[in-house]
Amino acid sequence: MSDLDIFRAEARAWLEENCPAEMRIPAKGDEDVCWGGRNFVFQSEAQKLWLERCVAKGYTVPDWPKAYGGAGLSPQETKILRQEMAKLGCRAPLNSFGIWMLGPALLKFGTEEQKIHYMGQIARGEIRWCQGYSEPGAGSDLVSMQTFGEEVIDPVGGDHWVVNGQKIWTSYADKADWIFCLVRTDKTNKYQGISFLLFDMQTPGVSTKPIKLISGNSPFCETFFDNVVVPKHQIVGEINRGWDVAKYLLGHEREMISGMGGDGGVTSIGAAMKATLSQEPVLRAQMALFDVDNLTFRAHGERFMDEWKTGKAHPAYSNLMKYVGTELNKKRNELVMSIGGSQALEWESERTNGGSKARNWLRTKANSIEGGTSEVMLNVVSKRILEMPGA
Amino acid sequence: MAMTLNDDQNMLRDTARDFMAREAPVTHFRKFRDMGCKDGFSHGLWKQFAEMGFTGILIPEADGGMGMGQIEAGILLEEIGRNLSPSPFLTTSVAAVAALKLADKAMRDRWFPGILAGETVIGIAIEEGVKHRPEKIACVAERSGNGFKLTGQKQFVVQGASSDMLIVAARTAGAAGETDGLTLFAVDKDAAGLSMETARLVDSAVAAHVKLDGVQVDADAVIGDVDGGWAVLSKMLDAGRVGAAAEMVGVGTGAMDMTFEYLKTRKQFDRVIGEFQALQHRAAHLYGEMEGARSIVLKAQSLMDEGHAKAELYVAAAKAKAGLACNLSVREGVQMHGGIGMTDEYDIGLYMKRDRSLNEFFGDAYYHADRLATMSGY
Repeated sequence: MSDLDIFRAEARAWLEENCPAEMRIPAKGDEDVCWGGRNFVFQSEAQKLWLERCVAKGYTVPDWPKAYGGAGLSPQETKILRQEMAKLGCRAPLNSFGIWMLGPALLKFGTEEQKIHYMGQIARGEIRWCQGYSEPGAGSDLVSMQTFGEEVIDPVGGDHWVVNGQKIWTSYADKADWIFCLVRTDKTNKYQGISFLLFDMQTPGVSTKPIKLISGNSPFCETFFDNVVVPKHQIVGEINRGWDVAKYLLGHEREMISGMGGDGGVTSIGAAMKATLSQEPVLRAQMALFDVDNLTFRAHGERFMDEWKTGKAHPAYSNLMKYVGTELNKKRNELVMSIGGSQALEWESERTNGGSKARNWLRTKANSIEGGTSEVMLNVVSKRILEMPGA
Repeated sequence: MAMTLNDDQNMLRDTARDFMAREAPVTHFRKFRDMGCKDGFSHGLWKQFAEMGFTGILIPEADGGMGMGQIEAGILLEEIGRNLSPSPFLTTSVAAVAALKLADKAMRDRWFPGILAGETVIGIAIEEGVKHRPEKIACVAERSGNGFKLTGQKQFVVQGASSDMLIVAARTAGAAGETDGLTLFAVDKDAAGLSMETARLVDSAVAAHVKLDGVQVDADAVIGDVDGGWAVLSKMLDAGRVGAAAEMVGVGTGAMDMTFEYLKTRKQFDRVIGEFQALQHRAAHLYGEMEGARSIVLKAQSLMDEGHAKAELYVAAAKAKAGLACNLSVREGVQMHGGIGMTDEYDIGLYMKRDRSLNEFFGDAYYHADRLATMSGY
């Protein structure tokens, strides 16, 4: 047996022993997901237990170094662990923007103290983070953001910034404990005038207001800053170089969203819908063409990851995957709605689990907007990969 | 396995790329087209393929070939597609060899040496209607004397009239629509009762309509098992399908590269047209489609080489996706070239014609999407 085979057997055994049965059935919806943080209320004892056991083992962030709360697994070991979790149907013990986004940014740009402090908190599910990027006047054109941090030299209370402005589309800002936020610290330099700041959402002057979406849910907020004081040491990377951190992080976000083409697998959703599809030849044909694209996207993702690992992928390639993956997911949900027929239109009924199909369908429309619109992705692919001329 | 080419495969690709660009570029294709060549390809080039070892790339080493897999054959086919190099490679070295590999030693000894030497060409006589429906084969093979007597008709037998032998699928039992009861035969081109009428296709290939009027063959003409031909036929068709898909990746990529180059040089309204966002977005979308096609084709090839149970499913997806993407590439190619794209003098139209033929060959995208749906359980 190779080392990886031994690891697989051990991981399997650990999961069998430690993952509670209730955590091996799929989460019903957002409210079933463990986000951690100061105010998080566990839905069940099993959810709490599963998180605690994973924290102790480093399995909330298996590929992070042990010093920062991870298990120090290699990419291959991480992949195996995920495979074994998928086989048993284990839920993710902890979902968090800290894991997906801030952590990787800290790992690359943070100081040793920041890594130990913030990454450790993330790994243990103690602090729930939100992301302050977009502003009302800065969506696709993110670099136009205006939220301003005025530098205050204060030998007594400590040097700090006083932040004023507004963010929008801040995911779960009303539930988050801390925010990682892009703040303009130099008005004279567009790209090199932004800093990447971290601060507590309970700081005086921070307020949030949920935005109700077409899905009826409110996962996003408007976030307001009114003379918010942020100490100087709460910066990631150098002053005025926050755009580098943001760009790096957007790359991660695009990779994450590009992985959202659906169930993460290659199983066709058509088989379960056979009864309907057999009576609807044109819909069946659409489903068949979708499956061609779905298998293609899986193979494409596999090839992209293999090329990425060996350094052969173009640095802008994740933009292409984000475009293809999100458009595919929208198409999938259109088909799910068509196949579901009138029942899929039900918005509140128990038999539809509170209109989950309709709400998911509407939610996916944001896939090709958030984290860079499809149109921006196509701009990037065209200019950076295809090297088309023009600004 | 990893979804990237290894060092050996990269080397093969470089060799094939140099070879096709040097010996069989689009000008080569034009030359044979314009002379109205009866074969639609150059026997000299076929010999050169043999000297490079290409013709026997899928023939087992024990039989004197290179013993390689679909990935390697696909590498050659992509370069063939990119250069529109006309040759019997797909029919003879890919599809026919896939069937003959499953034949007995006497059969292999009879045909492999000629293929290895670049002297033998083999036609695939499957289709009986204008669309690909292998399970509907009605051509009959009755037991007669020491062997069988074949009666029926075949069409879309590419390079049929230039072939030394035709692989003919006929029914020894059962009825049209059943997969059981089919048998594959190696039929000599000059057999009594076999006649052909040739037709030049839109891409200048020459296909044959074949009439089998009581063609007598010996029992040793059977490839594989009597009544069990579906197994051999499936292997042959899947090799042909994944091969055609790889060639379409080449055709589509060739057309795409040519189009992107044009976008960067053609000026209108005082600027290079590649500056226009309307074209940039379509270019980027096309690139994504071609990259997807390349990925699913590679996936299907590696699953076939592994003998994976899901290979058939992925071959269907690959043939469908490569067909759709390549078709998009040539359509966008002609449109983005504007008026010049409509001229015979410019190459992009030749890619459009080749795409049409390859899409139809061994089943089009709709056929394979339907198959994928059936295999997926709906």
